[in-house]
Amino acid sequence: MQIHTDTDLCTGHGICESILPAVFEVGNDGQVHLLDTPLTEDMRPLLESAVAECPSRALSLEG
Amino acid sequence: MPAPAGRDPHLVVVGASLAGLRAAESARRSGFTGAITLVGAEEHLPYDRPPLSKDFLTTDAEPAPTLLRDETVLRDLDIHLRLGTTATGLDTEDRVVATDAGDVAFTSLVLATGATPRMLPGAGRLRGVHVLRTLDDARAIRRAVDAGARTVVVGAGFIGSEIASSARARGCDVTVVEALPTPLARPVGETMGRVLAALHEKHGTRLRVGVGVDGLEGDGDVRAVRLADGTRIQADLVVIGIGVTPNVAWLAGSGLEIGDGVECDAHLCAGVAGVYAAGDIARWHNPTFDTRMRLEHWTIAAEQGGVAGRNAVDPAAATAFETVPYFWSDWYGKRIQMVGVASGADEIATVAGDPDGDTFVVLYRHGDRLLGALTLEARSQVMKYRAMLATGASWEDALAFAKERAAKAAAKTVALSSADGTSAPL
Repeated sequence: MQIHTDTDLCTGHGICESILPAVFEVGNDGQVHLLDTPLTEDMRPLLESAVAECPSRALSLEG
Repeated sequence: MPAPAGRDPHLVVVGASLAGLRAAESARRSGFTGAITLVGAEEHLPYDRPPLSKDFLTTDAEPAPTLLRDETVLRDLDIHLRLGTTATGLDTEDRVVATDAGDVAFTSLVLATGATPRMLPGAGRLRGVHVLRTLDDARAIRRAVDAGARTVVVGAGFIGSEIASSARARGCDVTVVEALPTPLARPVGETMGRVLAALHEKHGTRLRVGVGVDGLEGDGDVRAVRLADGTRIQADLVVIGIGVTPNVAWLAGSGLEIGDGVECDAHLCAGVAGVYAAGDIARWHNPTFDTRMRLEHWTIAAEQGGVAGRNAVDPAAATAFETVPYFWSDWYGKRIQMVGVASGADEIATVAGDPDGDTFVVLYRHGDRLLGALTLEARSQVMKYRAMLATGASWEDALAFAKERAAKAAAKTVALSSADGTSAPL
């Protein structure tokens, strides 16, 4: 399972951070960054929410 | 949800914008195997509305609309689209939605018909007068902006302010007229409403507050806006942004409780088994703030659509919907973000930046709790407060967090300044 951020699309709303703060964080550059937390299967529903609720459609989940 | 005798499971979603689309998707993704029909009044595939007042107006050439999903995604999810179809009535006993293209029977239903912008009385008769809700509205406004229209925006709310900002970005002469003495007092409070409104004048947009519109003048095409104080503002384009009305008239006689929107329970159920609502039309009890709310935010539509779709096809496993409201608005290249609510605040405090400057973080207190946070160009901070609001953080904890964060930022600025003479953003 891998999460991708499209930096051309991301405008740093941070909805993903509010859903999974262990995985996503908006940096001072106004873009979301992936933290080092390993993705686990129990995170899947929240990762799917983060993808679905991104206003910029900047996230995708693979695997 | 037991289907009426002899009827196969069929989820009908009325409204094919964000909330409706998310309802259909989430119902399918939750394992529902029955038919799903998405009914939409517009002819277009579901598209994203926020860009319409922003990038859609500011780019050199008209961009393609931002589709929420490719048609193939919807096909893969076996979601049947009925576009260009307007719902006209609901029979909750026979479980049928009436439309202008015939009846559609359902076993489960999600109502997501959104809202319609309010128009000034009589204003729609002149060419060059628009509201902004649909792609077609945005195209008409864009054509006028392309031609360098002298623009008057009636209503200094978020949508009006975004349109003003976009028209300015294209070099148009822009005036915003607001009947209330302070713009945005309801969403952000009076003090911060004044702060945000000041952005207009900083960027060359004239702002007239506390004066209503008396009438529009023109001879087929709009020529001027006449204000209540007698001022006449010449205009080639007038955009009305004075709020929206939830699209619930078609539900009259359905037996559903309709007030300011569709009255829903904590699960977004509209009071009839298997019938749910989401988005601009849904009013429900939000446990996080212990109050009934109806919100017109993008994020609420997305979140509620997801929950309503799942709940509608499996009411036995229905979950309550609770959220910390979030909205954003982009003006003059700056991002405004708000989490929580402002109304009912006892105090506001600036914890970073400067309300008169280019960036700030302002917190709202109610009693001993954090109530909301409003930021300008502070994208890395706002969601920290959304997380706090979700857990009912105290005011003291919020202030302590802000202080710690400010101290870290200051230390970083000192370190950077001594290294290369630049400063770090908030």
